[in-house]
Amino acid sequence: MAKKLITVHVNGRKQEKAVEPRTLLIHFLREELHLTGAHIGCETSHCGVCTVDVDGQSVKSCTHLAVQCDGSEVLTVEGLADKGVLHAVQEGFYKEHGLQCGFCTPGMLMRAYRFLHENPNPSEEEIRAGMAGNLCRCTGYQNIVKAVQYAAAKLQQDQKVAA
Amino acid sequence: MNAPVDPTLLQRKDALQGLGESRLRKEDARFIQGKGNYVDDIKLPGMLHMDIVRSPFAHARIKSIDKSAALAVPGVIAVLTADDLKPLKLHWMPTLAGDVAAVLADEKVHFQMQEVCVVIAEDRYAAADGVEAVQVEYEELPVVMDPYEALKPDAPVLREDLAGKTTGAHGAREHHNHIFTWDAGDAAATEAAFAKAPVVVKEHIFYPRVHPCPLETCGCVASFDPVRGELVTYITSQAPHVVRTVVSLLSGIPESKVRIVSPDIGGGFGNKVGIYPGYVCAIVASIVLGKPVKWIEDRIENISSTAFARDYHMDGEIAATADGKITGLRVHVVADHGAFDACADPTKFPAGLFHICSGSYDIPAAYAQVKGVYTNKAPGGVSYRCSFRVTEAVYLVERMVDVLAQKLGMDKAEIRAKNFIQKEQFPYTSAFGFEYDSGDYQTALDKVLAAVDYKALRAEQAARRADPHATHLMGIGLVTFTEVVGAGPSKMCDILGVGMFDSCEIRVHPTGSAIARMGTITQGQGHQTTYAQIIATELGIPSEVIQVEEGDTSTAPYGLGTYGSRSTPVAGAAIALAARKIHAKARKIAAHLLEVGENDLDWEIDRFNVKGDPARHKTMKDVCWAAYNNVPAGLEMGLEAVHYYDPPNFTFPFGVYLCVVDIARETGEVKVRRFYALDDCGTRINPMIIEGQIHGGLTEGFAVAMGQQMPFDAQGNLLGNTLMDYFLPTFVETPHWETDHTVTPSPHHPLGAKGVAESPHVGSIPTFTNAVVDAFAHLGVTEMTMPHSAYRVWQQLVKSGVAL
Repeated sequence: MAKKLITVHVNGRKQEKAVEPRTLLIHFLREELHLTGAHIGCETSHCGVCTVDVDGQSVKSCTHLAVQCDGSEVLTVEGLADKGVLHAVQEGFYKEHGLQCGFCTPGMLMRAYRFLHENPNPSEEEIRAGMAGNLCRCTGYQNIVKAVQYAAAKLQQDQKVAA
Repeated sequence: MNAPVDPTLLQRKDALQGLGESRLRKEDARFIQGKGNYVDDIKLPGMLHMDIVRSPFAHARIKSIDKSAALAVPGVIAVLTADDLKPLKLHWMPTLAGDVAAVLADEKVHFQMQEVCVVIAEDRYAAADGVEAVQVEYEELPVVMDPYEALKPDAPVLREDLAGKTTGAHGAREHHNHIFTWDAGDAAATEAAFAKAPVVVKEHIFYPRVHPCPLETCGCVASFDPVRGELVTYITSQAPHVVRTVVSLLSGIPESKVRIVSPDIGGGFGNKVGIYPGYVCAIVASIVLGKPVKWIEDRIENISSTAFARDYHMDGEIAATADGKITGLRVHVVADHGAFDACADPTKFPAGLFHICSGSYDIPAAYAQVKGVYTNKAPGGVSYRCSFRVTEAVYLVERMVDVLAQKLGMDKAEIRAKNFIQKEQFPYTSAFGFEYDSGDYQTALDKVLAAVDYKALRAEQAARRADPHATHLMGIGLVTFTEVVGAGPSKMCDILGVGMFDSCEIRVHPTGSAIARMGTITQGQGHQTTYAQIIATELGIPSEVIQVEEGDTSTAPYGLGTYGSRSTPVAGAAIALAARKIHAKARKIAAHLLEVGENDLDWEIDRFNVKGDPARHKTMKDVCWAAYNNVPAGLEMGLEAVHYYDPPNFTFPFGVYLCVVDIARETGEVKVRRFYALDDCGTRINPMIIEGQIHGGLTEGFAVAMGQQMPFDAQGNLLGNTLMDYFLPTFVETPHWETDHTVTPSPHHPLGAKGVAESPHVGSIPTFTNAVVDAFAHLGVTEMTMPHSAYRVWQQLVKSGVAL
């Protein structure tokens, strides 16, 4: 199948690759770029384990074509920590026991990251609604809610310090 | 007054992060940074990809398979059918239940989505293209989806391969679609109890077919090295050592040249216990092609073809006195096992440990009979987050006790208390022969009733029932369950003849750190964290410097794996006892270093003190160093131990769960207002992890009770096999969970621990159903079949004449 050349900035690095037009973003990330943090769980956009951030929006990369990302900025879980310092959402999941098998975690973290940009000071109900596109079979969500609350508080604290 | 506690002692204890601490998880660092290593993350040089052609029909004869178009697809390397596997005698394989299952359909298909042939290609897209191009011609056969229909004399013959076989792995076969009849208890004594009982209640209770549906599907990467004759397979398995034994037996490759690795596992819940055709085909393809072959299921394949759970049609009966004392329990089950009997149970127990169905109650006479039946559904019958068939058993008894209470007009808490096995009766032998290790049910019940103010809830419910304008019905579900987990004593439990022990090997290094390897495999339970805590307390070595490894059969000692809540009861005990062997040797070395007798030493957290003179001591760190350069005469150098633990008995965790629901009379929507879960798993190793396991198990129970089902049409089409249709609760539906605990240690476990992760699933499912049915109890309703979706509950509202 004829390939198309695309340029995508992934976790701040420019990537130029020739891909089949039918290549899904998740396969592009996992197979071409060896970024295996995001996973595949359902192929129908329901479970969210493939969630990454594309141009400032949460995207389920199992139903998104790589060619749709030509010229885009993509952030994956591998790009979340800053020079070895964990992002607040990563710290929150660790401190609040927000993960068990870890399979949903990269997608969950990327959604939490974007959600806290959309709503920096959410109520529990808002967290539950805002994260509802990501499924977890292990935790029952209760500790993930706490993890997001932890991250929200930390991000606000960091902002105050910066200001 | 208590003596003041030495703060340095507390500091030293804290530094260990041992037993009882809510230690943060060691495995998290990799998962939160996208550095987990799941099977689909593994990429080997030259690796090929396999995809599977599956049957669109539930029962059909294969007339022909044409591979030619598929072989012409760019990138496709090979297509394998049953005929290609026949010369290797691998077109059928033995199941864990003593039956055989087709690896690739041999002449006919027995269920929709059955594996017909496999395509191996250079990448996963080409393999999928190849699957599309394979032409299979079928001749449809009559389909049997109902196990009662399957047992009728003129029912179609499903398993032609078993023609003339009147005896199966579990005794006589009465009919061509009959697999086994298994029973437990005393039929005559139970009959006598029923004959003289003033009160008898009966109920037909159906436990629908559901699927464990972990977010990671099943898959493997098989890599055969033709030069060395060695096979390495990375696999989504909850029992890698058993897989190695089976692969060796099937392939003829010596077990020493087979290495099975379960890397990080994205949830199991029973789904990853079995050995699936996809694994076998990938291994065969790798052997035939001499290259690594990866196979990863998609979600539709996972739900449609890998192991389901339950599908139990249960007829329960209770005999009782007029004041509610239960005198007998009788159960008859028709179990739909699908096309092949591939249940994952200990060999001697084709219905698992279903005979725990007398529950927490002192029932003098009991009898259970289970009949296994073939239908045109996928094989399986695994324990979805439970010990073998314990969910079904607990559901049965907890529903039946409610039915009895309603018949007698008794309170549902009162009837339970009246029938409890009393604290003083432990160890208690049930009418089915289980010896319950320990329990204190009344204390647990009292605690829960007080915490929720049960009396006030019942008063509120009475007021609601009396109000004709109430928009909602209110239901209170109560369950007081007992599980049997930790399989198990090898005299009773084996898998393919291998006893169900588990194992631990610990090596302590000269500088005082350690590595421990186990026969189990974590799938989210946090073994790397909790196992280290056990060793930390036993040996006085900080958890932080204890590495825990599992899942690689080339390095870990043989073990039966992680399922049936067996890791803590069995492997946890192996860890404690391996550590105690090391501790005993350490004491000899410490005595030698201090020039005193072994009995002159006291153990204190992380050191041996000379009795009466604690200033003279040797820390475990000192001993570790000495173990490699200065041991007493006659003692071997080094500090390591292996222990294979064969448990003397099962463990019997219990709990009391209470749920309050409000049901909208207009829509049938069930809202969980409150869910209070008290668990008693004996000694608690890491309370944070226990609570996390309970949240997760409750949520999976909620999923089963409220929405999960695998509906089939009469032609055998599975109508809900994607996450569009199969219910996995989101953040929004999932209730808030309240947890509590009591601690009744197991007397026979070295740590007193019983296992916990499955209790919330086992216990919560009947709690939800009891709550929903309780909302209708005043209208004479005694049973409603799961799942309690709004539509189904609304149908009951209409039927009972209370819909708005």
